[in-house]
Amino acid sequence: MTTEKREDGTSNSRQVDRRTFIKTTGVAAGVAGGIEGILAARRAPAFAQGTKLHWVRWVDFIPESDVELKRQMPEASKALGAECVLETINANDLQARITAAIQSGAGADIFNFQYNWAHLYQNAVSDVSDVANELGKAEGGFYEIFPPSCNVNGKWLALPHAIVGNAVSYRKSWLKEAGATEYPKTWDAARKLFPALKKKGKPYGQTLGHTFGDSPTFTYPMLWAFGGAETDKTGKKVVLNSKGAVDSVKFMQSFWKDSCDEGGLAWDDTNNNRAFHAGEISATLNGASIYIVAKRQKDRIKDEKGEPMYLDIGHAPLPAGPSGAYLLFLNQSHAVMKYSKNQKLAKDFLRWVHKKENYGKWFETQEGYSAGATKVWENNPMWGRLDEPLKMFRTAARKTRLFGYAGPSTAKATEAFTKYIVTDMYAKAVQGMKAEDAVKWAEGELKKVYEA
Amino acid sequence: MKKPIAGVSGGAAGMAAALPHTGASRPGRMTRWLESERLLATLLLSPAIVLLGLFIAYPFVMGVWLSLSNVSVGNPGEFVGLKNFIKAWNDSIFRTAFWNTSFYTFWATIFKLALGMWLALLLNRSFRGKRIVRASMLLPFIVPTVLSTFAWRWMFDPTFSVLNWMLYQGGFITNKLPFLSDGTYAMWCAIVINTWRGMPFFAITLLAGLQTISPDLQEAASLDGANGWYRFWHVTWPLLKPVTVVVVVFSIIQTFSDFQLIYVLTGGGPANATHLLATYAYQIGIATGLLGEGAAISLFMLPVLFIVVWLQLRYLRRLEGA
Repeated sequence: MTTEKREDGTSNSRQVDRRTFIKTTGVAAGVAGGIEGILAARRAPAFAQGTKLHWVRWVDFIPESDVELKRQMPEASKALGAECVLETINANDLQARITAAIQSGAGADIFNFQYNWAHLYQNAVSDVSDVANELGKAEGGFYEIFPPSCNVNGKWLALPHAIVGNAVSYRKSWLKEAGATEYPKTWDAARKLFPALKKKGKPYGQTLGHTFGDSPTFTYPMLWAFGGAETDKTGKKVVLNSKGAVDSVKFMQSFWKDSCDEGGLAWDDTNNNRAFHAGEISATLNGASIYIVAKRQKDRIKDEKGEPMYLDIGHAPLPAGPSGAYLLFLNQSHAVMKYSKNQKLAKDFLRWVHKKENYGKWFETQEGYSAGATKVWENNPMWGRLDEPLKMFRTAARKTRLFGYAGPSTAKATEAFTKYIVTDMYAKAVQGMKAEDAVKWAEGELKKVYEA
Repeated sequence: MKKPIAGVSGGAAGMAAALPHTGASRPGRMTRWLESERLLATLLLSPAIVLLGLFIAYPFVMGVWLSLSNVSVGNPGEFVGLKNFIKAWNDSIFRTAFWNTSFYTFWATIFKLALGMWLALLLNRSFRGKRIVRASMLLPFIVPTVLSTFAWRWMFDPTFSVLNWMLYQGGFITNKLPFLSDGTYAMWCAIVINTWRGMPFFAITLLAGLQTISPDLQEAASLDGANGWYRFWHVTWPLLKPVTVVVVVFSIIQTFSDFQLIYVLTGGGPANATHLLATYAYQIGIATGLLGEGAAISLFMLPVLFIVVWLQLRYLRRLEGA
């Protein structure tokens, strides 16, 4: 436990005498010592009776994690002296709720943010630098993806929470039958392997639809792997129309036709999970949920031999292209809304959520689906207890890019992302458009965003 | 002896009792208000006006303001004139969405009219169980759009489509049909679902119109040797035109501004092939936070629908005049 000097010059520690207690109870305790002060005083701060804190998160792909968070809410309520309520909604509805709340000036106090939404809503969220700096310092610093995502003009506008990693889930026995001893390390090797599997009715499964998860986490790394980029380093000049981008599109055209389930153009973020569990596809890019759900429902999800399918599932990172292997992970954070009348309570709540004993319980229910916000969670004993296929997620979050590359990930990058320009570039190409034309189309659309 | 006019003699006393004495008190204020037609009309209309004002007029005016400004989520923005409209017009995805919306509305309306008319003509006959059939026919229209679209999406699922399974088992196909993964197929699937949903609305409205046509006219035409088609075209159709025009216009307005069906079925994909103005406006306004641009995209519907309604009113006036 850390010891800090408070503004009034006293120090906080577990042993508190009456004088210190009198000085630090109530609101003063919260202001001076934050959550540590509250715990030291062994008494909840005096928030007005009936104070309610409303927290909105996405419906987790690991249902047990939502159960754990909801279980923690009464504890948080007791610790903070205010009613803390968690509401979980479909991830696709998050932005609609956030927009309505901001524009009406009323709604949840804390929202779950994804990617770089802190840039998008920067004028409507509060500065949480105090909480973020405390947490970052206590846990050895955030992963490098978080500053560009959550820090805007030097201020933390969202508090990093977790990173949902992704990897290719594949059927080990099927790849072995096709002659592969390990998952292909390069896209060239993948292009040689998967046609044979598709001929056997076991194609690679990938969505090129308008989804917030599986589509962009595939298409952006595909572009980067061949040396393509949306913009230059300034983020003001569009450089998409390049040999790298055209090569990546040409690759995708042949890979799609020879290796993929072509129905993927209509998939959402759940289709590949269902297709994999049904034994329709041999590999797909996804989070760890395919494996985790297959294991938890091992009596129901079985392979063609009647054995639990999870025993035959392996994980591997996306292959490398000529320019290397790159990843785009879904990073998650929390923002305190400016309109909220519970600014202090909201920050204290976030501090409470991130206390090791509280966050740790949630983290363990994830079973590798998420990495923590900081590297300290790589040392959590949970990783040692996990099955081998899940262990690769432990360090996966160390190196990941964000859209907008090679420039900063600003609101313009989000606009390009939400318009699915990069994804549609590939979607148009695999439906018959010439690769050069598809890239040119995307370049035109990106220019309207970045150079307007 | 003449019988006195009923009520005259005793009536006089009664009248004396019924009519107020000159010295009696006037009706209360509330009574006077309720008896005043103008006041009562205002009172009864005011809830509707308030609701229309709150939920129609205010959002519309706000939408117009947003479309003329660069408002984004959390930023008040400032007036930018027609900049958002110009940007939308130069946006290829917007032009695709505009074309898609027109195509979708045109074909869905044609099918709904044709099938709705056919159903109405069938239901206009007398048969056993007619009431149950008429009531159950409304189910597609009553079931919430999101729910029914989810069911259709399951039937068109790219991997687990029951339709593909049936066609495959029946030997009609060897490879699964790309219902939602091909742009053309996906658009026609959306049209089919919209037709399935909207057909009962046409049928029930046209049926109501058919019920007002006297069967004597049909009988007379039949006696004169007119066949079924001739009777329909020369007797039924002219009398059904006014109600048909009204129901077509309502349907065009609803279909042109459709959102739920496409949002649930395809999300606008694949590659914007099924994006409508409403879904694209949502994508820009909500997902990107550019409320001004989103409002401008949705307001492009206004001139189109205004022209449709104006043409309808003109046509109806002409019919009435004739």
